[in-house]
Amino acid sequence: MKRLLPLFLLCTIAAAPRSGYDDASAETRAMQDDDSANPGFLWVREGEAQWSKPAGPQVKSCASCHGDAPVSMRGVAARYPIVDRTLNRPLTLDQRIAQCRTERQQAEPLPSESDAALGLAAYVGLQSRGMPVRINAAGAVVEAGRRLFETRMGQLNLSCAQCHDDRAGLKLAGAVIPQGHPNGYPEYRLEWQTMGSLNRRLRNCMVGVRAEPFPPDSREMAELALFLAVRAEGLNVETPAVRP
Amino acid sequence: MVRVLLNVPKQVRKGEPFDVKLLISHPMESGQRRDAMGLAIPRDIINRLICTFDGAEVFRMDLFPAIAANPFLAFSVVAERSGTLTIAFVDDHGVEQTETSAVEAV
Repeated sequence: MKRLLPLFLLCTIAAAPRSGYDDASAETRAMQDDDSANPGFLWVREGEAQWSKPAGPQVKSCASCHGDAPVSMRGVAARYPIVDRTLNRPLTLDQRIAQCRTERQQAEPLPSESDAALGLAAYVGLQSRGMPVRINAAGAVVEAGRRLFETRMGQLNLSCAQCHDDRAGLKLAGAVIPQGHPNGYPEYRLEWQTMGSLNRRLRNCMVGVRAEPFPPDSREMAELALFLAVRAEGLNVETPAVRP
Repeated sequence: MVRVLLNVPKQVRKGEPFDVKLLISHPMESGQRRDAMGLAIPRDIINRLICTFDGAEVFRMDLFPAIAANPFLAFSVVAERSGTLTIAFVDDHGVEQTETSAVEAV
């Protein structure tokens, strides 16, 4: 029985993921709920402009191939990260947009965490808002992500799971520890006073435990993002979310 | 990137107050912070915002350094007739921006 109890607890967490939205204050939730008060929409508008802005030698924009984003990008963010068969690794939505830009548009990559990159991701993400996260991946690649999630790292020797599984709902200093679901990225963080990607948030946590963060375009980062998305299945996409 | 999301109802009732909501992307740098090299980051905030309705001033606001980045502002206006609501603001760099919205009073 003693050995079954933690397993049972794990199952209940897996069965009912709790969005960071439910841990946020009423004021923060109200900010996210009202599109005219949600600062994420400043980036969404930027992304909308980027969508039809031509770039590269062929003077092509996202819209040249993908057409109308509300139609073509509907539901896309809900199924990312995907496992790319040719690269044989997971790709996050941010990485896919960057790949499209450098390989198909043959344009200069957008700097990560730039207004343009975050805007595009937010604009694409918005088209899946309210749709449940559903990831088409299983087996070794998800297990690799799970391993990273459960591996202790850094000088503080903490794993993601120790806070976000075992101690979710408890407090770290004055703040509630959320389950750490990636369903609202890119999101507006009041702490940052700006928009940020999941990448930035993960880096934040890794620096917090005094570990060296994985490089933004690394396989590890994508595997971790993939596992987090699988773990969040059942939650709705909230992009652009507002979090404390 | 100074983007503005201005939310004003297209149609309002004559003589009844309606909400004007405004979200501005701006760093609102307080001037109190220092960068990685220890140098003071110069102050950069929106310092004045004026709302006019068909040229007549209806709302004016002075902003100070303790306001967070990307300020969200909301206030009420009463329209006795249809017209154009204009919002103009200026920051420490002297950059002035204007947003307008047509309001129909019925």
